[in-house]
Amino acid sequence: MYGWYCNERICYMVEWLHGCIGADAVPCLFTHATMQRFNHSPGRTMNPINHILLILAAFLTVYLQASFDLFRNLFGTQFDLLPALMVYASLTHSILFIGLFALCGGLFYDSLSANPLGISVLPLFLAGMFIYFFRALLLRERIYPQFILGTTASAVVPLLTLLSLFTLNYHPLFGLGTLYQLLVMAAVGGAMTPLIFRILDKVNRNFNYAHLPESSYRPDREIKRGKGLR
Amino acid sequence: MLRKPHYLALVLVVLLVLIVFNLPSQTVAKFKLAIGGLFVPLFGLSGSVQKTADRAGNTVLPRSEILRQNEQLRRENDQLKLRAAQTEEVWRENQQLRQNIQWQKQTPGRFKLARVIAHDPANWWRTVQIDAGSRDGIRVNMPVRTMDGLVGRVSAVANTRSQVLLLGDPNLRVGAVIKETGDTGVIFSHSSNALENNMVNLGFLPRNSTLRPGQLIVTSGEGGIFPKGIPIGQLVDSQAAEYGLSVEARVKLFARMSALEDVWVVLQ
Repeated sequence: MYGWYCNERICYMVEWLHGCIGADAVPCLFTHATMQRFNHSPGRTMNPINHILLILAAFLTVYLQASFDLFRNLFGTQFDLLPALMVYASLTHSILFIGLFALCGGLFYDSLSANPLGISVLPLFLAGMFIYFFRALLLRERIYPQFILGTTASAVVPLLTLLSLFTLNYHPLFGLGTLYQLLVMAAVGGAMTPLIFRILDKVNRNFNYAHLPESSYRPDREIKRGKGLR
Repeated sequence: MLRKPHYLALVLVVLLVLIVFNLPSQTVAKFKLAIGGLFVPLFGLSGSVQKTADRAGNTVLPRSEILRQNEQLRRENDQLKLRAAQTEEVWRENQQLRQNIQWQKQTPGRFKLARVIAHDPANWWRTVQIDAGSRDGIRVNMPVRTMDGLVGRVSAVANTRSQVLLLGDPNLRVGAVIKETGDTGVIFSHSSNALENNMVNLGFLPRNSTLRPGQLIVTSGEGGIFPKGIPIGQLVDSQAAEYGLSVEARVKLFARMSALEDVWVVLQ
């Protein structure tokens, strides 16, 4: 109840901000109605298979990043889809699962990299937790917020990882070229996020119980016309 | 805004990360190799698919083309056999002379061919994984090369695969010499330019070095990891460094780092 109250307050605050900046000028990521829609979202009823599938997706993503060279040879940098998957996880799963996903994804990533083991876990988790706090206010079904979230996460996660590496006294390659790499990663991550949502939503629908459409019509509450009204 | 489950998740993740960071380095290395081992079946699968695709490609090759290639390979093989016999003779003579003047005997290098199965997913390191490990006799710090030139050195070894630090990685430094002049320096890299992954720097060269583009750079043998004389690359240009105290040159690598497929690990 307290969380709902908080979210409602944030929602009103964001709407007030939109009013100040001009809602027409800024495409709206948050609405009050989104919050209500979110509470009835079928995405919230996840079963263990969904969890396993998402972790499997992280595993395959890391494998693809390590073995798929065409993109690296074309653009001189490799894409990173883990932040995009984290955006999906943080908008559809519980906070504990977000932690588990960050842990598995980060460890998979670091095991094939020269990164110290575990360095990618915290940036992924922080990005996921941040989105999780505001997910009630986000239009998760729309492509635009998905793109924005994917782009931001894909730029922020590697940046935080680099920051962690420098903090722990490692010396990765860093310079103006890193900016280009981050731009490419952000663009690809952003473009792929809506696609990931489509694919994983479809997969989830296949592994969940079908959502029964609710109708307001109830035959036992029907008013029968009597003789007097004829 | 933070509630009990949020705190719990945050504390759990931070705690686990801290535990991993504070484990002994050997345990972390083993743990890392074990997690990386989960990918081995996928790498094996992709290797098999590639082989099958190659075989399928071979079946559609015309017979005349196969015969032509066969003939060409036979000729090349004859030439190489002749050259190997000559080299054997020269080698024996060299060993005899070394024995006469009581120099240390040289042992011929042994190589292990390995296939590159994965690149580093992070853009800020330059490493690859190869499909040869401790069961093939691979050890940490063994040099890795292609027919063209030096590639790097082995940095971690699992049972069936190894990690190789490539030239251009900030953690790899190689003692090098300009073959023409004999000036020695150190190969390193600090460039993050993603589109220039076949360029490295040759630093700490003497101020009065005579540098010209196109000069051949080979390993100097100093440091004890890389044997002497492995070709590295060609000098491109140079400039003064450290306030004019030394000279730094850019070197174009002979090995094509973006298209590494098969590499040789120098076992001795």
